[in-house]
Amino acid sequence: MKSTLLVGALLTAITTTGAFAQTIKLADVAELSGGGATVGTNWKNGIDLAIEEINAKGGILGRKLEVTHADSQSNPGVARAQVQKALDAEPYVLLGPGYSGSVKVTAPLAAEAGITQIMGGEAAELTQAGNKFLFRTSFGQQSSMPKVAKYIHDDMKAKSVAVVWVNNDFGRGGRDVVIKELERLGSKVVADLSTEAGQADFAADVGKIKAANPDAVFVYLNEEESARILKELKRQGVTAPLMGETTLIGQKVIELAGDAANGARGHVGLTTDAPVELIKGFRDRFSKKYNYVPDHNGLKGYLAVYMVKATTEKMGKVDPKAFADTLHGLTIKASEEPGILMDVTFDQNGDIDRQSFLVEVVDGKQVVKQVLPKLK
Amino acid sequence: MSNLFDLLVAGLATGAIYALVAVGFTLLWQTSQTINFAQGEFVMLPAFLMLAAMHVGAPFWLAIILGILLSMILLGLAFKMLLVDPMMRHGVLPLAIATMALAIGIKEAVKQFFSAEASPFPSIVPTGDISVLGHAVSLQSIGVLVVAILAVFGLTTLLNRTSLGHQMQAAAQNPTVARIIGVPVERMILLTFLINAFLVALASLLITPIYLAKFSSGEVLGQAAFIAAIVGGFNQVRGAIAGGLLIGVLDNLAAAYVSTQYRAAVPMIFLIAVILFRPQGLLGRAEERTV
Repeated sequence: MKSTLLVGALLTAITTTGAFAQTIKLADVAELSGGGATVGTNWKNGIDLAIEEINAKGGILGRKLEVTHADSQSNPGVARAQVQKALDAEPYVLLGPGYSGSVKVTAPLAAEAGITQIMGGEAAELTQAGNKFLFRTSFGQQSSMPKVAKYIHDDMKAKSVAVVWVNNDFGRGGRDVVIKELERLGSKVVADLSTEAGQADFAADVGKIKAANPDAVFVYLNEEESARILKELKRQGVTAPLMGETTLIGQKVIELAGDAANGARGHVGLTTDAPVELIKGFRDRFSKKYNYVPDHNGLKGYLAVYMVKATTEKMGKVDPKAFADTLHGLTIKASEEPGILMDVTFDQNGDIDRQSFLVEVVDGKQVVKQVLPKLK
Repeated sequence: MSNLFDLLVAGLATGAIYALVAVGFTLLWQTSQTINFAQGEFVMLPAFLMLAAMHVGAPFWLAIILGILLSMILLGLAFKMLLVDPMMRHGVLPLAIATMALAIGIKEAVKQFFSAEASPFPSIVPTGDISVLGHAVSLQSIGVLVVAILAVFGLTTLLNRTSLGHQMQAAAQNPTVARIIGVPVERMILLTFLINAFLVALASLLITPIYLAKFSSGEVLGQAAFIAAIVGGFNQVRGAIAGGLLIGVLDNLAAAYVSTQYRAAVPMIFLIAVILFRPQGLLGRAEERTV
């Protein structure tokens, strides 16, 4: 009698642990409230959509996915506490946060625990600290700026370029990479203009651009300042083509700058308007489930989960310790894993290489003009 | 060289707006010893009043008129009656500090009711260029200059050529004697507050299309106008005009030929030099009060 009880207990224990081992646990910490609520909510919804799809098709290696969402309140301090809590539950992979500042303070925790962190931050420095467990879902400046420089040199055929940047970490980071790349390619930087965050009057800066008479102008400012300089460029009649990043051609900039934004071009790493069938499909499924059109953060969250799937299937087992090693240097093809949407390669720092898009503002609307290929 | 010409035109256009704001500064000081540290916010607010009017469906021209009228009521009449009059009897300094508090209040209120983000603002001057002496000059710069010059010209005519202007001068120079000879001093003082409110609303209309409507945009303007008023001469309208134009040009030239990082420092250094070597300002006269 005693032994049957014991066996029964043992059996129950085995089956429960067995069932427990069947699900793969992911932990997400994102900006679900506060200033980054749009970022975090898109990211979270992208994750949930991907998990729903994967589970509907039988999960990863026959095991279902499960995720817990925690709110960082868009605050690095809270993010750190939430990540610590999430890591204590020993997840397979940590997803998020989306803000670079929050990633910066949480990355050491995940690395110490030996758990891979797939995040949404875009600041250049994040992947330059030698962290072997941190991966991006979108371009950092060191990936996007070479593409910008290549476009300015190859497609705009600009022999001389004026570079206008905002004097903060973001602006300086981008400026350093783009100038290095432009000079490597053979485009001469004829004006290197630093501006201040919050600057209102760009007459003198535009005057300098005019005097330098460049073939193209690269504008790397925050959104409000981008709008002001676009107006001033138009006011002073600068006709050289304008190139920038998402911050030059974003919807807010178009709203503020009005007509002056027309013709401005920008490099965009991820956009739900991309002329890629798989991305259109994602956009449709997302809009159907949540009743709104996602921004690029929705794409990032979605991709993060499919990175987990592709890497795990590559290993052939669920092994949190070997996960990061496998993802370093891995190329995931959209033909083999449609959920990854576009072919992507991860380098040894966790930075990504992927095709991206050249967007132009036409009549106050963003239009994808060209698909820029992967760098390698 | 063409660059220098462009910089001068852009500097004069910005300087003309500084001048409008600086003139208001000196007017208030002359007639009521009010140092208005909220002058920058006074320039920021009318644009939002006009935006609010447009938001409820008014066409742009009507919004401008409503904005100017509302400004004159809020920033002229209400400012004088609710803040200046009660604070005045405590002296110049408490009043100056009260205007600083008002500046914070206006900024936070705009942030609360509108948003912390910038909004676009339509321009009264169409975009485009015309050729001046072989240089392309934007219509916007010219429009700003013309409107500002007209406003200043109108003001000086009012002050120097009309009986009303002479009464204002008298009220400013010697209120006691003015009162004895029958000048309604209180009404004259109120008039300068209304004129100041009109000038800042005009400045708001001219500068906001370029700077965008934002709760914090008054900080830079208030400071520039304050420096302009001191540099030109705090007790002279023409000093404030000259100071405004000078600071506008200097700021642009500094940004172009010194460095963008130090552009804000150059007018400051100039200000220190003026205070050290000519404390009454370039065109001001020591120990004298006039409008």
